[in-house]
Amino acid sequence: MFITTALLVLRKDFAIEVRSREILYTTLLFALSCVLIFSIAFVKEGEPLLDAAAGILWIAVEFAGTLALGKTFERERYGETLRALLLAPAPRAAIYVGKMLGVVLLLAVAELLLVPLVALLFHAPLLAQPLLLVALLAVGTIGFSIVGTLFAAMLVRARSRDVMLPILLYPMTVPIMIAGVRGTSALLESPADLASAGMWIGLLASLDVVFLTIALWTFEPLMTE
Amino acid sequence: MRKLFLPLIVVATAMFAYAPYMINEAAYESSMGLVQKIFYFHAPSGMVMLVSAVVCGIASALYLWRRKPADDHLAMAAAELTVLYGLIVMLTGPLWARKAWGIWWDWDARLTMSFVGWLIAISYLFVRKYGGPGSDKLGAALAVFGTANVPFIYLSVNFWRTLHPKTSVVPTLPPLIRGPFWFSALALFLMYLLLLTARLHLERQRAALDALYLAEED
Repeated sequence: MFITTALLVLRKDFAIEVRSREILYTTLLFALSCVLIFSIAFVKEGEPLLDAAAGILWIAVEFAGTLALGKTFERERYGETLRALLLAPAPRAAIYVGKMLGVVLLLAVAELLLVPLVALLFHAPLLAQPLLLVALLAVGTIGFSIVGTLFAAMLVRARSRDVMLPILLYPMTVPIMIAGVRGTSALLESPADLASAGMWIGLLASLDVVFLTIALWTFEPLMTE
Repeated sequence: MRKLFLPLIVVATAMFAYAPYMINEAAYESSMGLVQKIFYFHAPSGMVMLVSAVVCGIASALYLWRRKPADDHLAMAAAELTVLYGLIVMLTGPLWARKAWGIWWDWDARLTMSFVGWLIAISYLFVRKYGGPGSDKLGAALAVFGTANVPFIYLSVNFWRTLHPKTSVVPTLPPLIRGPFWFSALALFLMYLLLLTARLHLERQRAALDALYLAEED
């Protein structure tokens, strides 16, 4: 029941998105412009600064993710469908999980574009350890989406939500960013520092579990009027 | 607490008046010189900030769970004091760092954690002020997440790098420094309790006033 509902919400969002592809295109374009801006700051005399690639990758993911999060719930509010969604005879937490999975998928697509782009533009051997990089990006993106989806959902009814989302989200995702950036630069070292990359993945995975537990617990009281 | 409030204010004032004398009498630390005296209010302020943040997190979790306005008032008061004590920590810390490490700021575990925690407390106040209707629950969720985040921030930055003196410094203080230190810590904690009570009272009055307005409108 729980998983069916979550998948239904995901399918609904996917069906809407396939028609317009608005969120996907804006997110991708935004991620692209982020990388461009960073290349101006971090490339000196044609050579990128050491370690810049890991930071650029994760900051682009975080910024693009913030944009996508704001849009996901803006659509529900604009179409005045949020109330209907919440009135559905289904566990609220399942609706949250469905929304969260949508954000994760969207960011995964963005990362598919970002990783080769950053590797190419900043001469970083990002694809040297593909499995570990995928694991790191997965646990990091899921953690970001867990916090982000909850905050975006809470802010739907708040005033000045566009400004509020980054203000709340960025301090909260500091450990995710540290672990993501440090883990990626451990993978970028030659030879790759597999032990510390594994440690960061473990930290992110345990963070995901803690945050998901709190999010599932708080979503219900938060969404009750 | 209400009956004790006035006598405790007198005690706190006396302690604050006496503290500079005690700090002046305390052993002179040779490598740091006069700057070492910052320690007497920097470290206790940090302790109070942490306690206050934990109070805010627990009160917020209780508020989400059983919806009693009293819990929300406590969370609000504690969050404001977290920001206030955090400001003291953030102002006195760099003065110490400049003398001890030769730099104003370093991205070490404790500094980063205090800074992020302080930012989260500020964003809590931000939500409460500009969030509009429903911001009480929003803030509560933020505080719960923020509190759960503290160990992760600490771990992540600790793996990253560390420069700040460890917690083991306080239990191993030389006796001539220990006395004034705990005296200052007690004074700051007492001030925290008094401010918290006063702020809680104010929040209660405000809620009562709002309820009266609503009753008048109906």
